[in-house]
Amino acid sequence: MDTLFNFLYASIIASTPLLFGTVGEILSEKVGNMNLGVEGMMWLGAFAGFYAAYKTESFLISLLASFGLAAVGALIYAFLTVTLKANQNVTGLTLTTFGIGLSLVFGKAMITAAGGAPKTSDVFNAKVAAINIPVLSDIPYIGKIIFGLNPYVYIAVAIAIILYVYLMKTKTGLNLRAIGENPAAADASGINVNLMKYINIIIGGGICGIGGAYMSLVMVNGSWQDSGVVNGYGWIAVALVIFSSWNPAKAILGSLIFGMFSSLRYYVPSDIIVIPTAFYQMLPFVVTTIVLIVTSIKKNKENTQPAACGINYFREER
Amino acid sequence: MTNTTYAIELKNICKNFGSVAANKNVSLNVKYGEILALLGENGSGKTTLMNMLSGIYHPDSGEIWIDGKHTVINSPKDSFKLKIGMIHQHFKLVDVFTAAENIIMGTEGFVGSSKKAAEKIKEIADGFGFSIDPNKKVYDMSVGEKQTVEIIKVLYRGARILILDEPTAVLTPQETEKLFKVLDNMRKDGCAIIIITHKLNEVMAISDRVTVLRKGETVATVDTKTTDIRKLTELMVGRPVELKIDRPETERSAEPMFFVKDLCVRNEEDVFALKNVSFELYGGEILGVAGVAGSGQRELCETIAGLMQAESGEITYKGENILHKSPAEIIDLGISMSFIPEDRLGMGLVASMDIADNMLLKSYKKSKGLVINRKPSRELAEKLVKRLEIVTPSIKTPVSRLSGGNVQKVLIGREIESNPNILITAYPVRGLDINSSFTIYNLLNEQKAKGVAVLYIGEDLDVILELCDRVMVLCHGEVMGIVDPRKVTKEDIGLMMLGNKLEKEGGAENE
Repeated sequence: MDTLFNFLYASIIASTPLLFGTVGEILSEKVGNMNLGVEGMMWLGAFAGFYAAYKTESFLISLLASFGLAAVGALIYAFLTVTLKANQNVTGLTLTTFGIGLSLVFGKAMITAAGGAPKTSDVFNAKVAAINIPVLSDIPYIGKIIFGLNPYVYIAVAIAIILYVYLMKTKTGLNLRAIGENPAAADASGINVNLMKYINIIIGGGICGIGGAYMSLVMVNGSWQDSGVVNGYGWIAVALVIFSSWNPAKAILGSLIFGMFSSLRYYVPSDIIVIPTAFYQMLPFVVTTIVLIVTSIKKNKENTQPAACGINYFREER
Repeated sequence: MTNTTYAIELKNICKNFGSVAANKNVSLNVKYGEILALLGENGSGKTTLMNMLSGIYHPDSGEIWIDGKHTVINSPKDSFKLKIGMIHQHFKLVDVFTAAENIIMGTEGFVGSSKKAAEKIKEIADGFGFSIDPNKKVYDMSVGEKQTVEIIKVLYRGARILILDEPTAVLTPQETEKLFKVLDNMRKDGCAIIIITHKLNEVMAISDRVTVLRKGETVATVDTKTTDIRKLTELMVGRPVELKIDRPETERSAEPMFFVKDLCVRNEEDVFALKNVSFELYGGEILGVAGVAGSGQRELCETIAGLMQAESGEITYKGENILHKSPAEIIDLGISMSFIPEDRLGMGLVASMDIADNMLLKSYKKSKGLVINRKPSRELAEKLVKRLEIVTPSIKTPVSRLSGGNVQKVLIGREIESNPNILITAYPVRGLDINSSFTIYNLLNEQKAKGVAVLYIGEDLDVILELCDRVMVLCHGEVMGIVDPRKVTKEDIGLMMLGNKLEKEGGAENE
């Protein structure tokens, strides 16, 4: 029983960066912009969040820095695709390459300056450690997995729920979804298409960035390595958007399932079932592939990709 | 407000797209409580002009006066503020939203009170005699219902000046009548209405005044009472035109060339698009297919051409079932299709290629050797340009730069040149002006005289009734009946389009 709840706990920890990436990308796709730069924006967030934490020891500043730098990346993407009408896929892929490269270059400078892998201080590490709410977190089994998590997990779930309400229940959310489905209709209804696109692409990018910071600050215990910080999680997030059928609330469940696959290897008793580690590392990506195949078979008008996602909008085009 | 204040006054509007002048010194005006018909052939600049009122385009020069004040309209939002509402020809609705969601989107407020909105929608609908279900999703709606949503959408925003761009193009006669009743109610209520159309009988039926555009310029504004269809056509085309479509009597082949029997087809959404469709096609006749848009016309064409798989039934041509043949094999049998989809270029032609290369698409397989011989296709292109009077700078111009009518001529011309035994044309005159339409009708009649079996899928009932030898009516993928157009009225066909099966005594198939 303990093993099962430990496994769940580890899965939640592993799923959190995916949840950030997924809901960030959902926001962008809902206004009709497929941003394949999630991986790059997570790298930008990972670096900025780490650097701010390393220098200031402030959780809030680190959080804002990760959000901010990734949002700048998204702003570049928005300028290219919304204003200059560049191809969304190419721009997104470029943003990924750019984000990874930039973070590694500055990361290298940081390593050189520190003379070795820089580490965040214990003061900061305590701020991002599990919160453990008194009494409640002592409830057997479920106490820890609900009330004993680090602050990022609560932020991620809160963002997912807020976005769900924003998208599905408010008028602004309705306008936003209209843009993703049919920008010409939205425009003719008096909605400011470009402004809405900019705002939501940038906020979505910033949210992805927090996911990156989580990876560099929590998942590798606050030390900046030379490579492999984000590790392809951004790409899984892009697939998870499809798995969650563009619904931020469903993204909570979707990312949890993927968190399970990536932490499975530590909880399968290795003396009974012997499987090479490489297999476990491969697992989330194999599952991603299967999910993409299965979800692309289903045919449904609703709960599917916004109809105009990936297509730039020109008002005067006929 | 005095009587001299116009709801809208346009003064010397000019608009150019690149080197093409879409509007040249256009002036018009409309008063409250009046319906103005804006009449003109395709490409005469009607839609461009109206898009300037809805804030989608900007005039290069000239003035727009609303309620007696000089105004600049920068966006659709500005035009709503001026109480102008435009109902576009191609509906601007979000398919996965409900009617109510489509209506309230873009209006002020962060959290929309759906209850209040629903009340207001109901109030508007009742006031003007609409019927609407606010919770129905747009993708479940018929064309008429979608149009209702569009109209309520602009009324919900408080529009007092309504612009309707070819509102009746997709409606059945009954739906048109309903729409006109609503427009009449609005006129009585004091709204100013501009209706864009090229259907002359509708101009006569509904409008108070008519402004005629030709090649981007205003030709005349006349009172409807003092004019007639003949005068209006002359103004529109610039010279007298014979308005009667020929239906030459030809010898129909003794045996049908082509049978379709109990054909059932499911569409992409796994719903039956065609249900037990049966008919036969004779050589030397034009069989018209009438139906509300989306009644299975596209699926019928695509199944015959081999692009869609049928679930059951058979299609027999010269005693051979062609149902499971590939498109290439079907073309080799001499079945030719010119299908003109809504976007005109989607199927049949490659927009970025020139006329000559588009000719090549159908014939490149026949040429031998590794390298393409472009000479025959160039000659064919030259011949078509001359014969069909296709207006193009040269045969090297990409077809995407030609106007709609000329694109259609290229497509039909190519199909006819392949000497088909069966010619399927879907919407061949969609969006064409009177002159080009008659060129196409003559081409089809020529084919009929040669003994070709022609399947004509159309939307204008007047044309179908005048041109075709027999008319088949489809509704929701089922055949409602095959009638002799000489013996039925437009209203009979309209009723069948709405799902009333032909009664035995009525129209009577002369088999």
